[in-house]
Formats: sequence, structure tokens, C-alpha cells
Amino acid sequence: MLGRTLREVSVALKQGQITPTELCQRCLSLIKKTKFLNAYITVSEEVALKQAEESEKRYKKGHSLGDLDGIPIAVKDNFSTSGIETTCASNMLKGYVPPYNATVVQKLLDQGALLMGKTNLDEFAMGSGSTDGIFGPVKNPWSYSKQYREKRKQNSHSENEDSNWLITGGSSGGSAAAVSAFTCFANCESSNLILWLKRTWALGSDTGGSTRNPAAHCGVVGLKPSYGLVSRHGLIPLVNSMDVPGILTRCVDDAATVLGVLAGHDPKDSTTIQDPVKPFTLPSLTDVSKLCIGIPKEYLTPELSSEVQSLWSKAANLFESEGAKVTEVSLPHTSYSIVCYHVLCTSEVASNMARFDGLEYGHRCDSDVSTEAMYAATRREGFNDVVRGRILSGNFFLLKENYENYFVKAQKVRRLIANDFVNVFNSGVDVLLTPTTLSEAVPYTEFIKEDNRTRSAQDDIFTQAVNMAGLPAVSVPVALSSQGLPIGLQFIGRAFCDQQLLIVAKWFEKQVQFPVIQLQELMDDCSSVFENEKLASVSLK
Amino acid sequence: MAAPMLRWCCPGRRFAFARVGCGSCHRRGPPTGSTSNGKRGQSSVAQQPHITAQKPRKGEPEWAAVVGLEIHAQIASNSKLFSGSQVCFAAPPNSLVSFFDASLPGTLPVLNRRCVEAAVMTGLALDCHINRKSLFDRKHYFYADLPAGYQITQQRLPIAVNGSLAYSVYVGRKPSQMVTRTVRVKQIQLEQDSGKSLHDDLRSQTLIDLNRAGIGLLELVLEPDMSCGEEAATAVRELQLILQALGTSQANMAEGQLRVDANISVHRPGEPLGIRTEVKNLNSARFLAKAIDYEIQRQINELENGGEILNETRSFDFKLGCTVPMRDKEGKQDYRFMPEPNLPPLLLYDSGSLPSSADPQQVINIDQLRERLPELPRVTRQRLVQQYGMLPEHSCVLLNEVGLLEFFQNVIKETRAEPKKVTSWVLNTFLGFLKQQNLAVSESPVTPSALAELLDLLDRKAISAPAAKQVFEELWRNEGKTPAQIVAEKKLELLQDPEALEQLCRSTLEAHPDVVMDLKRGNPRAINKLIGLVRKATLGRADPTAIKEVLERQLSS
Repeated sequence: MLGRTLREVSVALKQGQITPTELCQRCLSLIKKTKFLNAYITVSEEVALKQAEESEKRYKKGHSLGDLDGIPIAVKDNFSTSGIETTCASNMLKGYVPPYNATVVQKLLDQGALLMGKTNLDEFAMGSGSTDGIFGPVKNPWSYSKQYREKRKQNSHSENEDSNWLITGGSSGGSAAAVSAFTCFANCESSNLILWLKRTWALGSDTGGSTRNPAAHCGVVGLKPSYGLVSRHGLIPLVNSMDVPGILTRCVDDAATVLGVLAGHDPKDSTTIQDPVKPFTLPSLTDVSKLCIGIPKEYLTPELSSEVQSLWSKAANLFESEGAKVTEVSLPHTSYSIVCYHVLCTSEVASNMARFDGLEYGHRCDSDVSTEAMYAATRREGFNDVVRGRILSGNFFLLKENYENYFVKAQKVRRLIANDFVNVFNSGVDVLLTPTTLSEAVPYTEFIKEDNRTRSAQDDIFTQAVNMAGLPAVSVPVALSSQGLPIGLQFIGRAFCDQQLLIVAKWFEKQVQFPVIQLQELMDDCSSVFENEKLASVSLK
Repeated sequence: MAAPMLRWCCPGRRFAFARVGCGSCHRRGPPTGSTSNGKRGQSSVAQQPHITAQKPRKGEPEWAAVVGLEIHAQIASNSKLFSGSQVCFAAPPNSLVSFFDASLPGTLPVLNRRCVEAAVMTGLALDCHINRKSLFDRKHYFYADLPAGYQITQQRLPIAVNGSLAYSVYVGRKPSQMVTRTVRVKQIQLEQDSGKSLHDDLRSQTLIDLNRAGIGLLELVLEPDMSCGEEAATAVRELQLILQALGTSQANMAEGQLRVDANISVHRPGEPLGIRTEVKNLNSARFLAKAIDYEIQRQINELENGGEILNETRSFDFKLGCTVPMRDKEGKQDYRFMPEPNLPPLLLYDSGSLPSSADPQQVINIDQLRERLPELPRVTRQRLVQQYGMLPEHSCVLLNEVGLLEFFQNVIKETRAEPKKVTSWVLNTFLGFLKQQNLAVSESPVTPSALAELLDLLDRKAISAPAAKQVFEELWRNEGKTPAQIVAEKKLELLQDPEALEQLCRSTLEAHPDVVMDLKRGNPRAINKLIGLVRKATLGRADPTAIKEVLERQLSS
């Protein structure tokens, strides 16, 4: 069915039912209307319109570049974009305009995609809420959904509605919100828009769960491909050995299409696979009886909300009832993952952040007493507490006297964690089924009661071991919680078996029929909020 | 003025420098537990050099010095180690800088195949074990000309280990007394060069040039098997020749393509090694030798005067001829080494292990590189001695002067003159002229062909040896004339007509009866005067031996 939708998009564009420029303009107007979500840091309106114009010419000549030609995209603001400011939501890179495109961005542009803008994140992608960037937190579109609001009325909380918005999760919260919110408007707008907005998607990055976590909270599909399948060239690194460009879409098929474009060897990234990758097309699975689904028992933690737990077991039952073999498996080193990640992540962060010294690019302080003083002041002013904290810990772990006790040990544990997965897959399991997050999205006011480190440790619990092992994983929205908020489940596949993973995810997606976000109210609200913002900015002057 | 510096190094006392001899020496054996193959075993029992302090105290053993070297050789490659930027000396500042070199966020290193090959070839030439798997690491420190805040190097598992470098030093006064010594090569690692900081003290600014940032370096660690400046300088010179023969580095010290740091300590034989100092940035072989010898003597004097040696970094002030402590910016550095996550392990293959499916562009076959190794300097010298019958020291000179060997070989190719004659002309006359005017071989006004032609004339006895010198001088003026033209113009060809020589001799005897009388009275030297007179009359065109023959015949008749 989704396949037909893809064809319909192409047909709609080819037949001129809608032009790329119209799509682009409507998209831009939606971005403006949802500005209060703070999903975007930079909106590249001019670039997008110019690209749309070119795409339109191609369509007129009948020379479209393929499925992505004329399709609006958004890119997390830690991917380098030539000529477009790339900030990582940090003072350090405010005003930094890269002279080159990340490989993934270039590949998308080569396919005719329209770059709408750069999406918000935690500073340098360090966080799990999209709350810790210099441009402020991202608001979860579901805060304004009919589904959530109705439940809240029933529960009759008397708190101020506007101050009780939810976080998106992170760090790719801006991308998740962008995807999620655009779809909402599709429901309110013309049928043509449904076609293309279904195809709207964004690029995130995933180091410890940064794509899957906000995908789950925002009710979209979040794919973290196998490490080495997609080029990292141009992605401003968090942890080089775990970073992977992530893909956020409305449906699994779209994720597969985008992955098909992005995957493959990049001569500029020596860690990408050498073997050629064929474009992905997902067959619809009709029979799951040959599948073996593993349920890792260590993922059943006390912190797991009962709702997520029950959805998880329902999903397992679904597979079983359809004939799949569902079996409990053990990943015994899971509990060490968070602390191990902390050591490896901060160490690489300390190293990766060393280049931000104010000399070649980015922020530079005014002090010119000495080079050392300039470094110190620049970095103090440029980085937030979270980044500085991680740099400090990382440098501690890398000290000669600590290296063996921390870094080397963490690497050994990482190997054990990776081997856990290998053992499970060798035992005949095809994919693992786990929760993505402990619970649904929480209100911002609730979230900030704990600091960034605590939150990251809690929220990455199900997602991070996958990054340690370099495996592909996808979060698929399953159902709404009693509060009317999306809950996602995660599938984990064998390394470089991304296609098989997505086939299973697609089957599951079809079974659960996750409801579409209803943002009728938001339409009114957002225009009023938009107006209010305008007023506020005027009054400030 | 340099006075304040001097005051630092010798407050109120004078160093009397002992000539640091390498005749009878003491050296450190290989560290215990190290793998000791046959070759290295030999090297460690080789002659033990000794440092002699000028006035050893009675009853105390002499001092022994221990010198190890860390050498950075810039790899001769078209592009940098991890980026596509061009490598070129003296290009306009910051004109050869890629996004990666400037450490733009998101850029990744891509290893340059040529640099890996250069490292493998150098390793093979130095009898190293080539690691089939080596790793890259990040070494962190903040410095303005290190854009990423770390250098990518090979700290844990370098590309080549456990090699050796043989070099010859003169012992005693006679040039023929050459002894071969060996220094162990601990490891060769690939790493990035840094940029250059240009300090503008006037405006208290530092300007950064990143052209050099990211150029491939071979870091060669030579074990502390040397004991004086001369040994170190000779070892470095030999290494330079090897690198140049391989083409893996231009190894020009003046252009910074070969940079040497020396670790130096002194101790009494039988006692543990002393605390070492590091002397950095030695940019010529001469300064290297001077700096080491100075530092050895400084340490001895310091210890003999009850002082102590600090584990510090020093630099050599070539104007003052002494080492001075470098201002240590951050105290003891912790480089916080970490594996470079963006580069997978570097795997090398040999013909046996090469995977059959491998793309030849993607893999490096050590055996293939071994086949491509050119003749190494040591072998070249042996060949010269055998092929041309020259003295070993002559073969050394031929190799040590850049381009001289090639010049020599080109002359040999084109002339019929005896190799010994050619050697003598190239090493004495030709090299003498070059040295006098401080020219490189490439700047010589005399081409190999011209010298070959000249030597042919000499060989045919068309001209005399003194006339040949005269022709050479004319050639050096470089007026575009061939030796034959010069000989014709200056009428320098030997008097070939025996009748004419007879005539000239006879008239000379007749014109100088006094000298003839002198001779007949028994003064043997008078004949030389007569020969000289005849030569003058022939305008130097006659062979003195032939003149002597004719004169003696005429006088006795």
C-alpha cells in the first residue's frame, strides 16, 4: 500500500498535480506556523525555493532524478551544509558556515531533495531531551494533539496548559518534531499534501539513541543503520566509533528508501563498508512463521513503565500468534552499558572537542593576553556545562594513570556487550524486540528536575548497547499511552542486515496501525501562539 | 647581544672542552628482555665507545655518554598523509590547506597509500620487522599550529619495529681507519606533521601557516647506542642517504624535511644510566654533532661540580654553540593517547597472505615493495670499490655529496679514461672547485660530458696534465666552449712532432750553457731547470717526461 503511495507521489509530481515549488512553499509556511515548537534552528528558505525551482524544471522536462526529487527534507544541525550555518546548538559554532556538504546531505541533494533547514538538538548532540541547546528546548508536537489534550481534560489537571508541554526526547528532537508536526498539517490540508507529507522526513544522528529516543516520543519511525553502512563525513562527531546518521520518517518504507540512497562506501570515510550496497526495496512480509524474535530479559527493568511493558508483551504475543518463534534471550552485560558508554563517550568527546580553540573557525573570545588564555576563555564561553563536564571527565579517563583502569576496561566491556549480541544472533534469533524508552514523553518541567547526565543515563538504557555493538535498530511507533502519547518499540538486527530488520519492522507497523496525530486544535492554537510570539517580540523592542 | 645566555650556562666558570673521541667507547647493551636477533646481538658487542672527560679524577672511572635519537623525516609524497592537499616547500602561507588540515568539524582522515609504502620501504631498508597490522592513535596537546588539538600518530602499534642502521666512522687519524657501527632502530611510525607558528614579537602576535600541517612524517626512533656527536651525525647522514636512495624522503635538513631530537645522558661505566636531557630541533648534521658534544660535556661538568641533571628539554643555540633549556610551557605533558576511531587498523599483506579477492588498489603487498627497493648506499659503496678500485673513503665522499655520484657515473659512461683518473678528477679538481665557490653539484658550470671529453684528451695524451687543469679552469668560466675548442684556441695540444721537440731542446741547451755547466758539475737539480725552460718554450704543450728523455739523450751524446 505504501508502495502505491510512493508511486502516487511521483505521479502527482509528474502529472503536475502539485509542483515542487508549491510543496516547498506550503512546507515553509508550515514551518513558520510551528515555529513555537522550536524544531528548526535555521530555515533555508531561499535555498529550498531555488532547489524547488530546479526540480520543477526537471519535472517539466520529464527528467526527474527519482523518488526524492522535489521532496522537502530537514537535517539535524550537526551535519555540515555548504553555505548554510551549522551550529550544533552551541555558541562555539554560532555563525559557522561550512564550506562543504556532509556526504549524506550531498547524496540527498544529488537526488533532487529540497533542504528546508537545520533542526534543533542538544548542544553537540549531548543529551536525551533536546532541551540543552543554546536555542532552547524543542516542544513535542504531541503536546498539542487532540489525543493528548482530551486525555488531560479527563484527568482534569488544572495546571496551565501552555507551560505543560512535553519534551521530544533527544538529541535529534528537532528532526523528530519536524517530521511529526508536518504530518499533522497533512491531515488538515488537501489530499495532495498527504502524499508528500507522508514522504517528509529528516536526518538525525544516533550515538546512544539520539534518533530512536525522540522518534519514540514523537510517534515516528527512527532508524539507526549499522555502523559503517552510512558515511559520517561531515557529521560533526560526538563519538566517532558509535555515531551513525539516523533517519526519521513517518513510515518504515520511507526509511528504507532514504537508507537506500544514503548507504554505501564513501571514500571520505574510511570506516564505511567497501562492498557495494544495492538500493533497498522492502517486500511485504506475509508470513512470519520462519522468524525468530528474541526478547532480552535484561531489558525488563524495574524503571520500565507498566504501559510500555504491557505493549512490549502484546507485541511479542502478536508475533507468536502469527506463528513466529518468540524466545527469551539473555544479554548479560547490558547493565554495564551505561557506565561503559559514559567512559568511552566522554573520552572521545574530550578528544573531538579539542579542535574548538577559536583559531580556525567558530567562536573566539576577545582576550588576547596569550594563546593559552584565549583558548581557555573561548572554550569557557563557547561550550555549555554539559559539554565542559564531559570534556573534563573524558580527559580524566585518558590520563596516563587512568587510561588502563577506565578507557581500556570500558573497551573490554564494550567488546563483551557486542559479543552478547553476537551470541544471541548465533543462537538463531533474527531480530530482537525491546522497548525504545522507559515511558512516554514527560513534560519539560518534569524532565529538567534531573540533570543532563542522569537523564541521558536513564533514557539511553535500551538504545545505547546497540551503538556499542554497531548494530542496526529501528524504533517503530506502536500505540498511544493512557495519556494519549506515542510509545515506540525497538527492533534490533544483525550487523549489516538492515534490510531484514526493516522488513520485520514494516510487517509490525502494518499490524499495529499506529494512529495519526490529530492536530486540529493545534492549528488554531499554533496560529494564536504564533501571534503571541509576534506580539512578544514586538513588545521587546 | 647574547651575553645573558652565556651567563646562564657558565656562571663564573669556563668549560674546557675535551675533544670527544669515539676511539675506545662504552655503550649500553640492548635492554633486557628485548628480542635479540643475530644482527642486533652483533651490534651490541661491537666496539664500545667511551667519552673521556678532560680530567678524570683519580680513582674514578671515566664518564660514558649515551645518545639516542628521534628523527622525523618528511615523506616525499604528492599529497598529505590524510588529505588530498599538495605537499610543496615554500608555497605561499596557507595555500595548501584542505578542510581536514584546518580541522573543520566533520572531516575525516583518509590514509595516503604512498605514505604507507614509503614507511614500509624505509622499514625494509632498515631491516625492520614490518607489522602486518598497525594502529593509529591520537596524541593530544594544545598548540596553535596543531589545528585538531591532537596529532594522529602510531603510539601503540607502529608500522615497523626492531631494525638496525649501520654506519661507518673514522677512528684514529688515518682516513682509511673506518669502523662500521650499528644502531638499533626501535620503531618507525607514521604520523602527521604540525603547521608552523611564526612569532611576531613586535606586535606580540603568532601567525599560523598550515601548509605543513598534515604532511606525512616517518618518526624513526634510534636506540641509545651512540656515544658522541660524531657517531650521531654520521648515523643521521647514513639514514639521510638511505631515505634519499629510496626516494621516501628528500631528507633535506635545511628545509626541515629531516629533523632530529637527541636524548643524551652520561654515567660512570658500571653504574645505572644518568638522567637524560632532550635537545630538540637540530637542523643540520654539524649542529647535531656540536650540540650533543656540548651537552655531554655540560652534563659531565655539572656532575663533577656536584650539580644534578634535570630531565628537561633543551635547544641548541647555534650562534653561541651551546644548549639552553627551553621554556617548559605546561610542565610535564600528559598526551592523553587514545585510539584514532576514524581509521581502521592498517593491514599489510605479503604474497602469501594476500587475499585472492583483494583489489590491488586497496591492499599493500610487502613483497612487491621489497622487489622495488633500489640499491642501498652501503651496497653502492661496495660496488664502487669493487668496480672502480677506489678507496672506501672515496666511495663515501662520492655518496655524501648530493649529486656527485651521478655526476661521477655520467663521466665514467662517456670517457675512456681510467676510473681511477676519473675518481681523482671528480674528487679533487671538480669537488675542490665546488667547495671553493660553495656550490652544489647541480650548480656546477662544468657538465659531466665536458669533463669526460677533457679526460679523453688527457687519456689520448693530446694534452698534458697541467694543460688539462688549464682547460678545466676555462671550462669553469662557462663560456660555452668545448674542451677541444679551448685546447685549439689556447694551443694547448701536446707537441706531437718529435723533430720539433728535438729542435727546441737543442736550442735551449745552446742558449743556456751555464745551466749545462752546472749540470755537468754534478748538480742533479739543474736538469729540472732545463726541463722547465723547454716547457716554457713549448708553451706547456710538451710532456715533461718526454722532454727529460730528449734532453738527457742530447746531453750524453
